[in-house]
Amino acid sequence: MTVTPMAAPAPQAPGANPRGRSRRSPLASIGLHATLIGASLIAVFPIAWVVLSSFKPEQWVQSSELTLVKEPTLANYEYVLTQTNFPTWMLNSVVIAACTMLIGILMSATTGYALSRFNFPGRRHLLMVFLVTQMFPVAILIVPIYQIMAALGLINTHASLVIAYLTIAVPFCSWMLKGYFDSISTSLDEAASIDGAGPFATFWKVILPLARPGIAVTAFYSFLTAWGEVAYASAFIQTDDKFTLAYGMQQFVPQFNAQWEYLTAAAVLVTVPAALVFLYAQRHLVSGLTAGGTKG
Amino acid sequence: MSTATATPPARTSPPPRDTRRPGRLRRSWDKHWYAWVMVAPVVIVLGVLIFYPLGQGILLSFTNQTEANQLAEICTKSITGSEVCKPNPNAWEVVGLQNYADVLSGKVGEFWQQFGVTLLWTVSCVVFHYGIGLGLAVLLNRPLRGRGIYRVLLILPWAVPAFVSAFAWRFMFNEQFGVINTLFEAVGLDRAEWFADWKTALFTAVVTNIWVGVPFMMVTLLGGMQTIPSEQYEAAEIDGATPWQRFVNVTLPGLRPVSMTVLLLGTIWTFNMFPIIFLVTGGEPAGGTEILVTGAFRAAFEGIRNYSLASTYGVLILSILLVFSVLYRRALRKQGEVW
Repeated sequence: MTVTPMAAPAPQAPGANPRGRSRRSPLASIGLHATLIGASLIAVFPIAWVVLSSFKPEQWVQSSELTLVKEPTLANYEYVLTQTNFPTWMLNSVVIAACTMLIGILMSATTGYALSRFNFPGRRHLLMVFLVTQMFPVAILIVPIYQIMAALGLINTHASLVIAYLTIAVPFCSWMLKGYFDSISTSLDEAASIDGAGPFATFWKVILPLARPGIAVTAFYSFLTAWGEVAYASAFIQTDDKFTLAYGMQQFVPQFNAQWEYLTAAAVLVTVPAALVFLYAQRHLVSGLTAGGTKG
Repeated sequence: MSTATATPPARTSPPPRDTRRPGRLRRSWDKHWYAWVMVAPVVIVLGVLIFYPLGQGILLSFTNQTEANQLAEICTKSITGSEVCKPNPNAWEVVGLQNYADVLSGKVGEFWQQFGVTLLWTVSCVVFHYGIGLGLAVLLNRPLRGRGIYRVLLILPWAVPAFVSAFAWRFMFNEQFGVINTLFEAVGLDRAEWFADWKTALFTAVVTNIWVGVPFMMVTLLGGMQTIPSEQYEAAEIDGATPWQRFVNVTLPGLRPVSMTVLLLGTIWTFNMFPIIFLVTGGEPAGGTEILVTGAFRAAFEGIRNYSLASTYGVLILSILLVFSVLYRRALRKQGEVW
């Protein structure tokens, strides 16, 4: 079974109901749109609410009066960007996520290719291992990794987080990339091998350039995974100047005196870049994931 | 295949008795060495970063190690500046299955309560994820004005990092000024004390996680639907199938491979979903909404860090998931699914 990448949603998708729009009764049409509009509202509302709140001054954020916009101000953003360590946390997160992404992709690209093309002994086991690693609760690895990091003197360093995130990123990237390589026709490999290229040259010169979109998406996705990780960051990092965003933002909402107005502003600042990247990447992402999943 | 046949270091005169086995290994190596070389980095990383710690974790669960007794020696600085080390009288020791007995009998921690909450959490999240995701995917899989816009809007929650979503929903569920209580009041309902009772507190977390997880299901299932050949729909229509019959007899079977994968992954991910519970309810009230993963994390990293207890939890969680996925695969096999 070949899962074709959904490069662009065709106006009439292959599996779509072949009946035209005209044959739907007006009532059904209204129901359909009403459901989708309702669902879209639920999907958008929390985001919109946080964005709106981030522009309100404190007393209106923490007010039970229902207002959409009230005395809009940029003071929350100004405070977060100048009076807190937020820019440092942002930088930390970028560095950690970028390192995780680069190392993860570099290591898993060849693996994905081998899993996709060669039926070598151990292939099925390796695929199984990737699935099993998805089951590992953070609880079972976090303590031993913590102790290893402590033994190596890496607690409270960014390196410890990068290493910990690789345990998530490497199996995931290999799995995803296998899906992408699967969707590239093997006739290209055959052509390359007739031209005298070995498997490594084929991979490097022929397949890798073609898989660039898939690699970009996998890279972004592993970036975002590291960007949003909470448990390891909470356990390994101890000083304010080393926090990542996911952990640092908890500082705004302690048990008492939560500073929601700053949290909302920080949330917007964190989400905008991630969301842009994500929306660019997502339509390629899913085809890769299902391809990898169904072909196992 | 010129480079592929580069000979691996030739073995000199293998012992005559062993000719068959090394021969087979050699042939296998000659044929597959490049594949093995390609997967080697990942296998090494998996070994060092996942399976070694996993082994450590399993061993740890048979000891009574905590932060307080983890050192085998206690070193104190003497007046002269040199360090004097004495064996720690309370050093950790191997206790066999004691941890498992304590945890499973309820003597230590709240395993069964947390297990119950985890099950409730996983089942409700996955059912709603799949149900809502499938429903929306069916709607979006029709020719429809504004399909692209709906699709982007419905995917938005996926674009928000999970920890931000968790904060956003906790903000909205805030008991004093949260917008949800405000809306309740506006339509004449009582404000709810969301975090006073474990049921409503768990409800907030489930709602958050449904919001976070539906787009993944929707997009994946939509992708699956678009691979179903349209001839099948045409044939069904010629046979006079109603839309519902087409859904049950064409769409659902066509989605089977994708559904089986996402349901398994979804269950595992939800079972281990750390940030939502940790950040939305924080286990409130009084640990009533703690799931196994967050419970283990608290054992490991709050108060006196109890490493062995956390590892015991980890082993138990992993065992539950392994048993689940073996049963799941077996059920699929029985129905003739090759996977």
